[in-house]
Amino acid sequence: MPKLKGKIWRFGDDIDTDAIIPARYLNTSDPAELAKHCMEDADPSFSSKLSSGDIIVAGKNFGCGSSREHAPLAIKAAGIACVIAESFARIFYRNAINIGLPILESPEASQSLKEGEQAEVDLEKGEIRALPGGESYNAVPFPPFMQELIAMGGLINYVRQKKQESN
Amino acid sequence: MGHTMAEKLLARAAGKEEVFPGELVNAKIDMALGNDITAPVAIKEFNKIGVEKVFDPERIALIPDHFTPNKDIMAAEQVKLMREFARKHGIVHYYEIGRMGVEHALLPELGIVLPGDVVIGADSHTCTYGALGAFATGVGSTDLAATMAMGELWFKVPPTIRIVFEGELPSMVGGKDLILYTIGQLGVDGARYCALEFCGSAISAMGMDGRFTISNMAIEAGAKAGLIAPDEITEAYVKGRARRSYQVIKGDDDAPVMAEYRWQIENMEPQVAAPFSPANVHPVSQLKGTVLDQVVIGSCTNGRIDDLREAAAILKGRRVHSHVRLLVIPATQAIYKQALQEGLLEIFAEAEAAISTPTCGPCLGGHMGILAEGEVALATTNRNFVGRMGHPGSRVYLAGPAVAATSAVTGTISHPAELGEVN
Ligand code: SF4
Repeated sequence: MPKLKGKIWRFGDDIDTDAIIPARYLNTSDPAELAKHCMEDADPSFSSKLSSGDIIVAGKNFGCGSSREHAPLAIKAAGIACVIAESFARIFYRNAINIGLPILESPEASQSLKEGEQAEVDLEKGEIRALPGGESYNAVPFPPFMQELIAMGGLINYVRQKKQESN
Repeated sequence: MGHTMAEKLLARAAGKEEVFPGELVNAKIDMALGNDITAPVAIKEFNKIGVEKVFDPERIALIPDHFTPNKDIMAAEQVKLMREFARKHGIVHYYEIGRMGVEHALLPELGIVLPGDVVIGADSHTCTYGALGAFATGVGSTDLAATMAMGELWFKVPPTIRIVFEGELPSMVGGKDLILYTIGQLGVDGARYCALEFCGSAISAMGMDGRFTISNMAIEAGAKAGLIAPDEITEAYVKGRARRSYQVIKGDDDAPVMAEYRWQIENMEPQVAAPFSPANVHPVSQLKGTVLDQVVIGSCTNGRIDDLREAAAILKGRRVHSHVRLLVIPATQAIYKQALQEGLLEIFAEAEAAISTPTCGPCLGGHMGILAEGEVALATTNRNFVGRMGHPGSRVYLAGPAVAATSAVTGTISHPAELGEVN
């Protein structure tokens, strides 16, 4: 897995799914449409100023609220390479893994990384580094089962394979 | 050493003697739910798996409730996709408007979620069925797709936080006030990854409608489930509704829990959550006088018959304030009919409320009561995040039906006692 490198956009605690993708846009599940409104109610100009490969750094309980998978889908489709937070709400955490949006839990990185800085992320090792040559932080590693899910490209691939094995 | 209800429910579904917090298990799913926002995504993912059939057409519920009656062409297309999938796969529990209801009111009412079940729903308020003693939790669309194919799903066994409400409920205080108080105390992530278990004399004395309200909002404290042990009240509710056999599973008294809170409620005031968090909770008297543009009584939290009765008792012979728009939305068609028969709808109409067919509608800022910039609403719903009911510059307060009905009459956030004794 190659290392990710991107510019940091910071958000606070308890960023909810209504802020990530407001319900008024949920009459579609088209990723390109969702991407246009990513984080709109937290920062209306967000989708127009970010570049592909950028990184979101947030506080605790990122993605709380509804179960809409449109939230991680919007973030992924907007080109965000990875979300680093102090902690994630559980349904968002599940959804991100299931659809293959990289997420890392690191209270230290969440507190220290600054808006506008570049960061480098090694997903395999769970290592986050501020650039150029800044501090490095460790993320909470995934349990082996989830690593397997991620390695297989998400839950649907995992289930497809399981179904094939049982036939 | 004993086990909590959450552990015993998951152990049963995973076919294990016992399970422990933190353990990953594969559990058989008794019922899986999707709605018109989440099911279309799940159906697309399901089609990628390459299976011919769903695991069991009787154990999947697809409920178009969020944007129905279809609010626009795109919403209509989403429901059409669901409808065609439901017909193709012979999904038994698919309901159109005129028969449907808001999913979390409808499924218990129809007796298709039952005590002892493990239920997943691609909707965060699936935790509502915890009030029946089911392990019920919200997941995403991909999880729903995998479940529709396999009939099982992975779970991490959660630790339990026990909440004990002691004492008698004061008048005009109900399930909504207890759960708002809980969220205010724990915070929006205070129960993250945990199961909440509610008990104590106030819960034992409470009817099912109040219990559903409590379990419904467990997610607002970040919880995975909001459980209440089944008792005679649960059995009486389930009797005559259950579509299949079920098993009552309770926790052991000596089960270790992560934390326990005991709260005396005799002197509790009705509670209100102020913008922009369901944890920003205050006794109603502290917010008294806040001017309102709209009041909504409905949703999977407080759109049941007891809620409508409570609101009607206050609205009877009164009128909604001339500056306020009151929307009353019975949560299911059966509740609508019951309210009609009991004369509640007439009371609402005479009070100059707008009455709607069941829908989520304004609860998520979907349709039927969207707020303009700067407008303020009080709703019996469950979330008041920025933009939840419309413009990001609007504001939503959350409360129970008694405060909502009173405030609709006075035009400002008010304690039900302001209008004098209600019988
Ligand atoms: S009523 Fe509101 S909270 Fe309940 S399912 Fe509908 S949108 Fe969700």
